[in-house]
Amino acid sequence: MNDMRLTQRATDMQKIKISAKGVDVFYGDTHAIKSVDVDIEDKTVTAFIGPSGCGKSTFLRCLNRMNDTIAIARVEGEILLDGENIYDPKVDPVQLRARVGMVFQKPNPFPKSIYDNIAYGPRIHGLARSKAELDDIVEKSLKRGAIWDEVKDRLSEPGTGLSGGQQQRLCIARAIATEPEILLMDEPCSALDPIATAQVEELIDELRQNFSVVIVTHSMQQAARVSQKTAFFHLGNLVEFGETGQIFTNPEDSRTESYITGRIG
Amino acid sequence: MTEVSASPHSASLLVQDAHTKKRNAAEARFRLYGAIAVGISVLCLVFLLVSIARNGAGAFLQTFVTLEVTLDEAKLDKKGNRDPADLAKVSTFGYAPLIKTAMNTVIEAEGIEIDGLKKPEALISKEAAAQLRNFVLANPEVIGETHEFLFLASGRIDGYFKGRVTLESAGLDSKITPEQLLLADALKDAGALETRFNWGFITSPDASENRPEASGLGVAILGSFYMMLVVLALSLPIGVAASIYLEEFAPKNWFTDLVEVNISNLAAVPSIVFGILGLAIFINFAGLPQSAPIVGGLVLTLMTLPTIIIATRAALKAVPPSIREAALGVGASRMQTVTHHVLPLAMPGILTGTIIGLAQALGETAPLLLIGMVAFVREYPGAPPEGFFDPASALPVQIFNWTQRADPAFVERASGAIIVLLLFLLIMNTLAIILRRRFERRW
Amino acid sequence: MNDAHIVTSFDRDLEAIQAMLMKMGGLVETAIVNGAKSLETRDLELAEEVRKGDKAIDALEEQVNEEATRLIALRAPAASDLRTVMTVIKISANLERVGDYAKNMAKRTTVLAEVGQVGSAPIAIRKMAREVQLMLNDVLDAYIQRDASLAEQIIERDEDVDQFYNALFRELLTHMMEDPRNITPCMHLHFIAKNVERMGDHVTNIAEQVVYLVTGKLPDDNRMKQDETSYISEG
Repeated sequence: MNDMRLTQRATDMQKIKISAKGVDVFYGDTHAIKSVDVDIEDKTVTAFIGPSGCGKSTFLRCLNRMNDTIAIARVEGEILLDGENIYDPKVDPVQLRARVGMVFQKPNPFPKSIYDNIAYGPRIHGLARSKAELDDIVEKSLKRGAIWDEVKDRLSEPGTGLSGGQQQRLCIARAIATEPEILLMDEPCSALDPIATAQVEELIDELRQNFSVVIVTHSMQQAARVSQKTAFFHLGNLVEFGETGQIFTNPEDSRTESYITGRIG
Repeated sequence: MTEVSASPHSASLLVQDAHTKKRNAAEARFRLYGAIAVGISVLCLVFLLVSIARNGAGAFLQTFVTLEVTLDEAKLDKKGNRDPADLAKVSTFGYAPLIKTAMNTVIEAEGIEIDGLKKPEALISKEAAAQLRNFVLANPEVIGETHEFLFLASGRIDGYFKGRVTLESAGLDSKITPEQLLLADALKDAGALETRFNWGFITSPDASENRPEASGLGVAILGSFYMMLVVLALSLPIGVAASIYLEEFAPKNWFTDLVEVNISNLAAVPSIVFGILGLAIFINFAGLPQSAPIVGGLVLTLMTLPTIIIATRAALKAVPPSIREAALGVGASRMQTVTHHVLPLAMPGILTGTIIGLAQALGETAPLLLIGMVAFVREYPGAPPEGFFDPASALPVQIFNWTQRADPAFVERASGAIIVLLLFLLIMNTLAIILRRRFERRW
Repeated sequence: MNDAHIVTSFDRDLEAIQAMLMKMGGLVETAIVNGAKSLETRDLELAEEVRKGDKAIDALEEQVNEEATRLIALRAPAASDLRTVMTVIKISANLERVGDYAKNMAKRTTVLAEVGQVGSAPIAIRKMAREVQLMLNDVLDAYIQRDASLAEQIIERDEDVDQFYNALFRELLTHMMEDPRNITPCMHLHFIAKNVERMGDHVTNIAEQVVYLVTGKLPDDNRMKQDETSYISEG
């Protein structure tokens, strides 16, 4: 009788890709993230929602050690990627970031040609042995980024000459060019208009088949549309984490309900 | 029963209320003050430029005399075997009579008769003898022939044609007589004498106090050029590297702050202090030759470094952090982020800062005086790298030098040198603007 | 509005609940046909099948509600998408009632089997049920084709069903007045007839929802109720 069940929800069988245990983040004396435990599944879109300042972006940036660039930030606890702690002193953050890609809020293509934008990552990580291989990687990434048809005739033009939505898709293509296993997205659509947003959301849905995606969004509706699992952060705590449909129809925690129905900031 | 309160604004939009009128008047006055300030500045600038141009334009013109000189073998090569050693023994004193003979020949040929004319050869610059000698030593085969030569007229003759010297003043002058002036007029009418553009002003080396007509900027320009090369080669890499380290890699502690504050302060140190520093370290301690471009270049490097460091830091700071984050996000290391992304984007700002720093260094006089560049240098410094250690002069120093001399002709030449210096500064600043425009449309 | 949504999973979700609805409709149609047939042929096994089959219809309705709620929560549909979801919810409720009436029909068949035949009522009922089933079939088509005029025709066809019912009512009254022993079977037959008439009304509701879906407005409430039985006094 279950053939009518919407297949998007079948995530129960995915393996755990990232496992965060007891993660605390301090900015100087401020305790920004308080003892968070969360498991990110593979080939799934996980959304982090919560009011401003709740720590969702901070936690996201822990997953690829971007917080290392901030001098006063201190991270405690374990974050395991396929079982290995990414905060182990032996881990080189640069190598980590080739496996955990990131897309930022404001589209930030390099002021180089479209080809060079995509080719930069594979070049510095030595992923292509010849120009032909590099061309292949560029084409594959642009196709996966749902932007190949629009730019295939102008690969040598600057990346900054595209529209906002196209630039963001270019940045997504750039992030996946290094074949990361996980894609982190920090409010990727907040600078885009609704049509471009819908295009990016459709792209995220396609990417889900190959990558594990974690998306921070201040729009609950976007989290509802695009994710299979949702985590609600509030004041640095992880309040609730569960399947998206259940969070939005019948959340367990009253704070979650208050936030989703628009009763608290 | 509600009260209708009157609106604080005036009844009609078409009528300005008192408050608005006062404000508009105040703003109009303010704009007027600004315009007046700009006007005064422009006037000062125009005044400066016009006075320099008027004083200095004459330096580019020089009076020349065309003479046919017979290179008498009897006087130049007594033995007749064209032996260079023998030829060299004949000094300029030996050549002077040839010129005298040539002058007399021309006077006779043109049929010029002036009463009381003595020593017509005084019309020709004393430099001419040396010019003749150099020519003969270089081309011994011309001995015995008659050739046409273009000689500089003497300083007073030149001054006569430029209005500095008049027949009255010539009567009181020890170096020239009115009759000689009349001779000059006659020669001019005959076509043997003319005042025209003088490339020698720019290419000749400096000359003694008595020969303003022969003095030129050649050595000074070359000296300045060598110094600029040294400054560019040293201050650009050091400045940029220091800046990158301070901006991207240095830990944010008290020591780094101290360094940064001191660098900013260095930019404000009077330049003469750098001169004393250069004297103490480079000349006294390291034993480098005085008045050499290398020492001048090193001193100017010290002066230009803070400018370049400050400009580079501003350029690096102007690169948006989103580019750095994007590079880090793709998995570039800090070093790769800086060299592949930040530096290329900061390059226009760095270049502009460098050129401005160089332009400032070009015009510095005080430190160069202290390291001994006041000396009178007649030979061109050699080709690099040895040329850096030969004594040389510099443009601003040369200007200073010339203003110290008694002969009024040097006033004109100093102004002309100022024009040349300003021209170089203008070129460098224009280059800076062009570079900035070309690279600025980046992101 | 035939363009697909940019986010294709939205289209898939909408199609899924509508497919569920169609499935429900098919099950209900089968229930109506089988229920009427079992009445006519006194097939007790068939009646039992219809009774059991109602469970599936109820389960589907619950599922449709759940999915529709989820769709509203997650997609925040607007305009025609919103009307699609709202009408799916209402139509499924109507379908579930029709299914219940069909189950009821089957239940009474079991009872009637123990009593004798009474005239040609079952045949008339079968004809009525057939008409309702055709209406249901057409209304589901109208839903899929988004055909408002077809839906409006169906609303008018309910008149025939009502007429059927009126005639049957009079016939059963006559039978009951003839012989008091006929009262029990006639009462059951009457309830069955009433249920089929109610089925027709529900199908008409579904047709109204189709018009709402397509035009955004419910049709005029000038639908004439032809059921005059409430005005008939004795005799």
